[in-house]
Amino acid sequence: MLKVVEINNLTVQYPDVKALDDVSFVINQGDFLGIIGPNGAGKSTLFDSMLGLNTKYKGTIKFFGKDIRKSKNYLKEIGYVPQKPIFEKNFPVTVNDVVRMGLRNESDENRIDEILQQLWIHELSNRRIGELSGGQQQRVFIAKALVNNPKILILDEPVTGIDQQSIELFYSILRELNSKQKITIIWSSHDLDAVNQLANHVACLNRTLFFHGESEKFFSDDKLVKQYSEASMQEHMHHH
Amino acid sequence: MSLEILTYSFMHRALISGIAIAILCSVVGLFLVLRRYSLFGDAIAHSSFGGIALGLLVGIYPLWTAYGVSIVSALIITKLKDRYNISGDASIAVLLSSGIAIGLVIIGFSGGFTIDIFSFLFGSILLVSVDDTVLILSLTGIILIVILLLYRQILYSTFNEEQAKVSGIPVEKINYLIVFMAGITVVTSIQLVGVLLISALFVIPNVTAIMYGKGFKQTAIISMSFSVFSVVTGILISYVFDITPAGTIVLLSIGLLAGTMVIKSAGLLSKN
Repeated sequence: MLKVVEINNLTVQYPDVKALDDVSFVINQGDFLGIIGPNGAGKSTLFDSMLGLNTKYKGTIKFFGKDIRKSKNYLKEIGYVPQKPIFEKNFPVTVNDVVRMGLRNESDENRIDEILQQLWIHELSNRRIGELSGGQQQRVFIAKALVNNPKILILDEPVTGIDQQSIELFYSILRELNSKQKITIIWSSHDLDAVNQLANHVACLNRTLFFHGESEKFFSDDKLVKQYSEASMQEHMHHH
Repeated sequence: MSLEILTYSFMHRALISGIAIAILCSVVGLFLVLRRYSLFGDAIAHSSFGGIALGLLVGIYPLWTAYGVSIVSALIITKLKDRYNISGDASIAVLLSSGIAIGLVIIGFSGGFTIDIFSFLFGSILLVSVDDTVLILSLTGIILIVILLLYRQILYSTFNEEQAKVSGIPVEKINYLIVFMAGITVVTSIQLVGVLLISALFVIPNVTAIMYGKGFKQTAIISMSFSVFSVVTGILISYVFDITPAGTIVLLSIGLLAGTMVIKSAGLLSKN
């Protein structure tokens, strides 16, 4: 198995809290990894560190065997879909413009049409991004993330505030990307059922990593599932 | 209107420089408006006033000192925002008043307001020399070429900094480049509308165009067209009626904005 990501002893200390504490795990090529954990578990911190947005960490993060502190080249192989892409609502860009922003090789015009078709947003190509529904916008951002044919797709809780029908379509797209195009997917989610259905590996994070392995193992272990549910329930109560 | 005015060479220079500045301000301004940096042009212009006063005091061509001061100020605003976490609008306010204050003190030392100061405050497009025109055209050309070459990177980092970073775009360098170009654009445009009305050229055509355009290029082209229309018509009208070009140009672009708002609220402007 080719290791695409290796995280060793990753610790992130914020002034008032330890966001990640000695987290280590490996992601192999072709994995569909669901990262679960309550709010504030450190999922976004983990992603920020992996993507080079947070550089204040201890430990090492390697992509394709290379330390990301040494070179940013690995970013070329990554497509990233943020939780909720923030932009001005009346920003004058069309769907086509947004996907084109992501396109590294600007001469590769056909690729834009191809990816828009693949994600069923071809007919929206000339619409302004701010006029679309949450589900449509999300598919646009996935298209942008995929336009350079990345080897890894990273998605940060990508279904927040999106209608059920769009979520179903989104999940089927993810499944196809992983099974047919062999893209490694790293996906953080609140939805345990969805992780159970889609992911073949699970990482359970609550500042420390308290489980990482095949999803069957996680979901067949009642104790682990209960532990996770209690942790997120506590967090939920805490927030209200 | 007599067509005779189109035969004067000062009018040729005014129109050519005016069109170049109109295009430059609308393109650079579009990025500033979308970055919520609308008053940036104002801050730079006011701080360049300090530079103009300095130039007049020591006997250097005032626009050169203005270029120096405005570029430094542009970089200071960005630094204040990044380093000390002072919000964009507050750092703009600090710089805006410092520039005017420094300018006023220097003017005091050099013996009070003169006709030169007024021409920088309110513009003097009908007085541009051949050298000025060449400089305006060259700077416009250079900045537009840089923007075209780095179009994707500039647009992407304006749209969403974080995602642009993840795509490997050197967002911080691009940010500095934009404020640097904005600094040059402001001083270049002082001759057209003066220190006090610069931000109108940066902001108004773009606010108007955003209501029409769907895509980015379309919006930029609409903005440039409105801007060029206001500048050319403004220069001609102001000459015929012997009123100030700066005021006329800005009022015309406000008229286009107001008209667009009326059309929009009447439901005649649909984006789909």
